[in-house]
Amino acid sequence: MKILLVDDSRTIRNIQKNVLKKLGHTDLVEAEDGVVALAKFQEENPDLLLIDWNMPNMDGITLIRKIREIDKEVPMIMCTTEAEKSRVLEAIKAGVNNYIVKPFTVESLGEKITQTMSKIAAAAG
Amino acid sequence: MEARYINPFIGSICNTFETMCSATVKIGKPALRPGDSQPCDVSSVIGFSGDAAGSVVLQFSFDAASKLASRFAGIEITPDHEDFADAVGELANMVAGGAKAKFDGLNISISLPNVVVGQSHNVSASKTAPRLVIPCDTEVGSFNVEVAMEIRKTESVATQAVSTAGATA
Repeated sequence: MKILLVDDSRTIRNIQKNVLKKLGHTDLVEAEDGVVALAKFQEENPDLLLIDWNMPNMDGITLIRKIREIDKEVPMIMCTTEAEKSRVLEAIKAGVNNYIVKPFTVESLGEKITQTMSKIAAAAG
Repeated sequence: MEARYINPFIGSICNTFETMCSATVKIGKPALRPGDSQPCDVSSVIGFSGDAAGSVVLQFSFDAASKLASRFAGIEITPDHEDFADAVGELANMVAGGAKAKFDGLNISISLPNVVVGQSHNVSASKTAPRLVIPCDTEVGSFNVEVAMEIRKTESVATQAVSTAGATA
């Protein structure tokens, strides 16, 4: 399974990579903003995306809306400091499948990823 | 800046450093700071806009910033490491984001972090609101968090938001 990590913080991407590797995922692609992520999404065809909200050039919510215009199915998890209920609802409306609030523990990040992929697998039958 | 706005920041500081750095934060007595900040080596600045204006600034010595950034990243990070500013900036991002979520009913946006690295520099006083300094102490070093915030929403909504923030911090 290929996973695209989208965050302007390399530290956060490295933490995410470590968690994903522990979960057995090694096919990882990175992007530092929404513009790069959109290009990599089309080139790499990932199976899952982890997306930050606040980023330069193109923010995460815009990226999610653009991806949903071209792909209704690909699972996306928002991973952000934006914790208000209104923001979570905005992200769900835009098309995310799950939501992780920073700061997160390694365990909670792993759990959300596993939970999201299980739901997708169950829905696919 | 009103003292009651400070509770969301105290809660967010403790949560961020405990979760991401496994560091227990002892909060000192917040105090108003007139004029420029005390000299520090590393400062990470996040601005607020929308229904609130102002900023939050995390201020560290090189030693404290290196130790906390290293715990955060899970590798040794010294000030000359390419990810040093990134890690310190992300900690400020989490502190600001966690605090703003407690101001229920207000639409507040936060800027991307700006990190200044340089021995013994000052951060100039905010023009939007007086600054409150929150002294923070951990087992790996001390740091300060300076908060300047002015609520710009109508009085009734702001009062409700601040009341909620104080109750939940």
